[in-house]
Amino acid sequence: MSGTRIFVSRDASAQAVGANEVANALSREAAKRGITIELVRNGSRGLLWLEPLVEVATDAGRVAYGPVTPDQVPGLFDAGLMRGEPHALYLGFTEAIPYFKSQERLTFARVGLTDPRSLQDYLDHEGYRGLNAALALEPAAIVAKVTASGLRGRGGAAFPAGIKWKTVLATPAEQKYVVCNADEGDSGTYSDRMIMEGDPFVLIEGMTIAGLAAGATRGFIYLRWEYPQAKIALDAAIAAATEAGYLGENILGSGKAFSLEVRLGAGAYICGEETSLLESLEGKRGQIRYKPPLPAVAGLFAKPTVVNNVITLASVPIILDRGAEYYRNYGLGRSRGTLPIQLTGNIKRGGLIEKAFGITLRELLYDYGGGSLSGRPIRAVQVGGPLGAYLPESQFDTPIDYEEFAKIGAMLGHGGIVVFDDTVDMAAQARYAMEFCAIESCGKCTPCRIGSTRGVEVIDRLIAGRDPDRQEALLRDLCNTMTYGSLCALGGLTPYPVISALNHFHQDFAKPAAVKAVG
Amino acid sequence: MSRKSALRGIPIKTEPACSLTKTERDTVLAVCARLKAAAGPLLPILHGVQAALGYVPKDAVPLIASELNVTRAEVHGVLSFYHYFRAEPPGRHVVHICRAEACQSVGAVALEAHAKKSLGIDFHQTTSDGAVSLEPVYCLGNCSLGPSVMVDQRLQGKVSPERFDELIAQARSRS
Repeated sequence: MSGTRIFVSRDASAQAVGANEVANALSREAAKRGITIELVRNGSRGLLWLEPLVEVATDAGRVAYGPVTPDQVPGLFDAGLMRGEPHALYLGFTEAIPYFKSQERLTFARVGLTDPRSLQDYLDHEGYRGLNAALALEPAAIVAKVTASGLRGRGGAAFPAGIKWKTVLATPAEQKYVVCNADEGDSGTYSDRMIMEGDPFVLIEGMTIAGLAAGATRGFIYLRWEYPQAKIALDAAIAAATEAGYLGENILGSGKAFSLEVRLGAGAYICGEETSLLESLEGKRGQIRYKPPLPAVAGLFAKPTVVNNVITLASVPIILDRGAEYYRNYGLGRSRGTLPIQLTGNIKRGGLIEKAFGITLRELLYDYGGGSLSGRPIRAVQVGGPLGAYLPESQFDTPIDYEEFAKIGAMLGHGGIVVFDDTVDMAAQARYAMEFCAIESCGKCTPCRIGSTRGVEVIDRLIAGRDPDRQEALLRDLCNTMTYGSLCALGGLTPYPVISALNHFHQDFAKPAAVKAVG
Repeated sequence: MSRKSALRGIPIKTEPACSLTKTERDTVLAVCARLKAAAGPLLPILHGVQAALGYVPKDAVPLIASELNVTRAEVHGVLSFYHYFRAEPPGRHVVHICRAEACQSVGAVALEAHAKKSLGIDFHQTTSDGAVSLEPVYCLGNCSLGPSVMVDQRLQGKVSPERFDELIAQARSRS
């Protein structure tokens, strides 16, 4: 230990608003004043509107200041930063900030707390306890625990993780794989990235446990190229875990093997669909596969494969450590445990909120988010990425729960909430959804490949006011074909944003474009 | 097993004609040699070539195909499927602008228009002085602090039109 510990996040979002410059300014200023500090580049606490956040360790706890700019650093030292004393940017104890304090952080327990480059720090904060528990169990017992926890796939499809694992375990093969879907392409989502950058070891531990449970000895993390910081963090953590015997031919002397490798995607949204991802990993065009066979039976290189999202796998260690009951006791109905929710877009206090299922959109938008960033009324939110429905104010009391969202023709997806104020043109958003589908379609099935292009054209005619009733009927018919005729969720769910915009914000479509420009 | 190992048995292997410079050719071959034993090696190889040369030249396609014992069509098909891979050399700086919804909600559409106007180019084009290539991207994962832009793999948040011009000026001054 060398001096007082000061924390500045290494998270890509923090860096995007100047965290590196603030960290450099802190080092320079401390050196100038002859003060010894230990600068720790932690993950982000998820209080993103406060980034760059500077925390200083005091005897009573970590004290936060933010958002800090480099030129404010000397003033912070003058005010008594080293003792955690008040300043205009003073926020009190980080863990007492209501936004943070009221969360239920299970999967994100360590993110922002620890140094993501330090295996020792991970171990000092309950790291690898889940793996130790798993090593003492038979594969079927690990699967049973995950099943009992109620954990469902957090990537969007919400399929029970334990069932998937059980299928892989029950399918005999000389080689099986664990594939982590880290192709987090949905707009309004970054929780995967925050885990990978802020606590990469928890993902590695979760994948290792999945390997033990399913009898797989090799794992791949399919990471999107847009996350270069996550690549660096994962590579460093894999190297450290391998060095220390947590990965490799003989995990902690158990005789069990598991090795892990990061592979980069190349900017295709469709590769977040699991079969398309597997094709891509095999070095092919990311076109989706027909199911069956399920990847759990014939996945990567036609071998049984566990494919799970980052958050799903990163939630496994705590389930093994604390028990299925502990995890299950959070949440409601069939949605058990917690969901890391990302509050994004036009929102005053955007960030990551991990909460048990059941909190309502309204609480998230106003109690946590504080309303829109622009100060104007919130008109619509899109939940679940580009394929998620647009919800009007009248639906803001919907609780965060897979089934409750399904009931209103919406989906939770990966837990991203994108907020729009009243300046949004919902017809333009509907058109964008179709355009996005046209650009990202893999081309395998006709409703998605052709339907999306025709969809853009129909919306254009509808907006232009050319025989609108007929266009609307045509658009609804087309959406019906896409919903029921597409092979995967891209073509199948693109109608969600389109139809929800049409149903809830019809006036945006009704006016001819020329009138709209004037009004 | 299979077709690939059967093909390895054919004794004569002619290297396809190509107009790559010696350095480019050596680079492509070195990347292939380093990665071709990996499981599913094509994407890592294309990433490797693009990281080294800035793009994947058209004439690298037959060379890679020959090294992996697959058809040119297969390599071309993969190369052209993924938005990230480029077949033309980029400018000295590559700027990706996020077009996704979260950024749209805080002004990305206006930023996109500003970027195209101030650079005088459309997406997938490079400024005439060869300094900047402009590309769209669907989500940089910075959705609470948008609009987001990535300049040469460095993420930037809360990018206003003025800030965009600053970032471009900084990039230009670096080379």
